[in-house]
Amino acid sequence: MTEILTAAIPVVIIGVICAAVLVVASKLMAVKEDERFPKVRECLPGANCGACGYAGCDGYAKAMCEDPTVPTNLCIPGADAVSKQLSEVLGVEFADVIEQVAVVHCSGDCDHTRDKVDYQGIESCAAAKLMYGGKGSCTYGCLGLGDCQKVCPHDAICIENGIARINTRECVGCGMCAKACPNHLISLVADVERVVVACNNKDKGAATRKVCSRGCIGCRKCVKACPLGAINVVDNVAVVDYEKCENCPDFGVCAKSCTTGCIVLTDLSGSHRFK
Amino acid sequence: MTKLIIILLSAVFINNYVLSRFLGICPFLGVSKKLDSATGMSLAVIFVMLLATAATYPIQFYLLEPNNLGYLQTIVFILVIAALVQLVEITLKRYIPSLHKSLGVYLPLITTNCAVLGVTILNVQDYPVTETTTFWWGFAQSMINSLGSGLGFLLAMVMFSGVRSAIEANDVPKSFKGLPITLVAAAITSLSFLGFGGVIENLFA
Repeated sequence: MTEILTAAIPVVIIGVICAAVLVVASKLMAVKEDERFPKVRECLPGANCGACGYAGCDGYAKAMCEDPTVPTNLCIPGADAVSKQLSEVLGVEFADVIEQVAVVHCSGDCDHTRDKVDYQGIESCAAAKLMYGGKGSCTYGCLGLGDCQKVCPHDAICIENGIARINTRECVGCGMCAKACPNHLISLVADVERVVVACNNKDKGAATRKVCSRGCIGCRKCVKACPLGAINVVDNVAVVDYEKCENCPDFGVCAKSCTTGCIVLTDLSGSHRFK
Repeated sequence: MTKLIIILLSAVFINNYVLSRFLGICPFLGVSKKLDSATGMSLAVIFVMLLATAATYPIQFYLLEPNNLGYLQTIVFILVIAALVQLVEITLKRYIPSLHKSLGVYLPLITTNCAVLGVTILNVQDYPVTETTTFWWGFAQSMINSLGSGLGFLLAMVMFSGVRSAIEANDVPKSFKGLPITLVAAAITSLSFLGFGGVIENLFA
């Protein structure tokens, strides 16, 4: 009996001492945590996509708790529902979320452009890009090896006829694909917009023409056609200024005027409108 | 002094905890994918190993041995190490939040790292206080051994994260993908450390 006691008592004493020290330490050195933080964090979807501009959902939740000027409508995948919950928890006014979807600025599929080499390396756009700018003859265009497809958390992207296509019905606008594309071809566009320039070739018109029959040659016909002055040619490629573009009554004049067909009219309503 | 250098070098190279003693394999395989997290984990391990030795060595020779309780070392050491790591975490969170953030999840993971328990137990076994050695000499040897073991852990982690990034870039047969090829690579890395056997002792002979 005494052997058991002489063994048990020191262990118990050490345990109690450790516990006491830890209790005292955690009381003395307690770090105050905002009690709203777990609630705010729970509202967010937890995809850690970074569309809000903060380091993951935790970062965004922390920023909102610490700084009341941080807007609650930055979570694009969460859309209005999340913004509403956040404004309730934080007690601020509801702010509408501009829902966005990803758009690929390239239409150079297998029918309109050619490969210049037979690429047999690693199946990744980033790797292919290192080899003389990719396998396609257009070094600005979609590499078609699906880096965007791999990162998409909602399976909204597929590689079709050699280029990436985004199923906007599935896209929540998190922007992970835009970060993954080595050619920076994917951008986020508000889902009410209907005009997309599907080319990113910054070469002069003649050079573009040689590599892709759908490429923007910078002819400025669309610039003249647009009644609102919403289209500009920057670095030999047409760019739509979505602040000016209002999907006007003459809707589609820009697309009709385009000689190569790189201005596309689409319906970008994303998953937010269908859920 | 030469003795201490021999202890340090042999702890790093010959008796490397991961590659020769096969302790701490879990973080070795789990956290060695990226170089920065591998170094972060290793630095935390070095810190905890030193701290754990500093705490457990006196406990062994001032509390357990005089009361003939040497057989309790495993349970007491685990208790003390776990409490110690918790204490360190609380302290870091309060005073050095940046370090706490960068060590992040690794600190609590180390609580149950067998390399840390292994180092403390082997220390009291290999460098005990006897009639001929004083407490402080044994303590110094133990601390140097802990430092060397931690550095050896760092070396193994850094080396292996290099090996793993090389594996990632290669086309591995399907049946070997993932853990199998990692284990094979770990075995070969550990074989390479056998080459150090006998080198350190003869260095100072």
